[in-house]
Amino acid sequence: MNEFNFTLNGKAVTYRGDPLKRLLDVLREDFGLTGAKEGCGEGECGACAALLDGAMVNTCLVPVGVVAGREVTTIEGIAGTKEGQDIIEALADAGAVQCGFCTPGMVVAAASLLRGNPRPTETEIREAISGNLCRCTGYDMIVSGIRAAAKRGRRSW
Amino acid sequence: MVRAFKPADLTEALRLRKETACVPLAGGTDLMVKYRNWTGLPPAFPGDVLFLSHLKELQTLERRGETLRIGAGVPLADIAAWPETPAVLREAVRGIAAPAIRNVATLAGNVCNASPAGDGICALYALDARLELTSVDGTREVSILAFITGPGRTVLRRDELVTAVLVPRRAANIQVFRKVGTRKANALAKLSFAAVGEVKEGIVDAMALSFGAVGPTVVRSTETEKRMAGKTLAEVTALAPSIVEDYAALIVPIDDQRSTAAYRKTVALNLLKSFLEGLKEKVKGI
Repeated sequence: MNEFNFTLNGKAVTYRGDPLKRLLDVLREDFGLTGAKEGCGEGECGACAALLDGAMVNTCLVPVGVVAGREVTTIEGIAGTKEGQDIIEALADAGAVQCGFCTPGMVVAAASLLRGNPRPTETEIREAISGNLCRCTGYDMIVSGIRAAAKRGRRSW
Repeated sequence: MVRAFKPADLTEALRLRKETACVPLAGGTDLMVKYRNWTGLPPAFPGDVLFLSHLKELQTLERRGETLRIGAGVPLADIAAWPETPAVLREAVRGIAAPAIRNVATLAGNVCNASPAGDGICALYALDARLELTSVDGTREVSILAFITGPGRTVLRRDELVTAVLVPRRAANIQVFRKVGTRKANALAKLSFAAVGEVKEGIVDAMALSFGAVGPTVVRSTETEKRMAGKTLAEVTALAPSIVEDYAALIVPIDDQRSTAAYRKTVALNLLKSFLEGLKEKVKGI
């Protein structure tokens, strides 16, 4: 259990270490992927969100041993795709980024939503980001950014 | 340093559970916070950890005759999406935390955490749910009422794992769940209320009411529920003041960081009163 493989942003990787370490710390410290942020450290803020087998999780609540043999996609992985770029650009255009600390989590939440539901309603968008806190924007710009991303990426989702 | 076990199957998990004083971890969304440590350090678990979420035996949602069997490792999001899930439970589960947590947290974990504010628990009381507890020596079933003995306390033995939540399938054209919290997402309940009932031709056939976060465990009174059985909707509505009085004696909340005892009691009884007075509109065809 102290050495296992998993897929990280499409690449097979090996982790050696304590399986109880938080996935968040493993991403940031062992793999140098600092896109996921630690906000609250207790699953309340969504700044550390990533996809585990395509489903959004808070990486501060996932012991890394749980991801053995599974697929982790971080904000870095999402940003490298056309869909990710659509979301990032749409958020920037909408003025949805101020301090930027919540943005990686918001992009992950948006990608998680749009992959399963390419034409979400406003209610569905708000539900999808309900676990992601933003202290700057008041959320409206983020919601319109995600709606714009849905339109922008219409053919690729 | 504590060890972490990732058993190959349920048999191995049960053996490890018996042989080591390990902490069972399915979703981990409560445990990772409870034992949270400094950034970069693993959580300070009090003992070895037994990973359960990957076990196929715990991942099933099935209907077995008149019982719904919810595997202990099934994430809340899947329970909310399952067509067989009773409306009252679906509503409760959809209100737990936020999507990223519902993707990993489990209902069995919600029950084992045994918080009086657990949303899933409140609905499970009204549904007369049971827990399937398994050890190397066999399986037993315990009603949720008997399973939870106090805040954070259950009758789960040190060699047992919860393997499923069992929900009886029964006709219930009244299914109501109300949660009162500071915000929609990620708020623990100040209080919660669940009602499961069956009305046939205007007569109340059965009624189960439960109140969460207003006492050390969820409050349910089969005695008061019996007073409603066999009555017409109008009769139950007329009985409302006396039923509210019954529950007023049972509901003894506390002050804490989320709310005050007075607020909890007032709102719980108001929810009950409005439910009883509007009973007619609550009946849905199934």
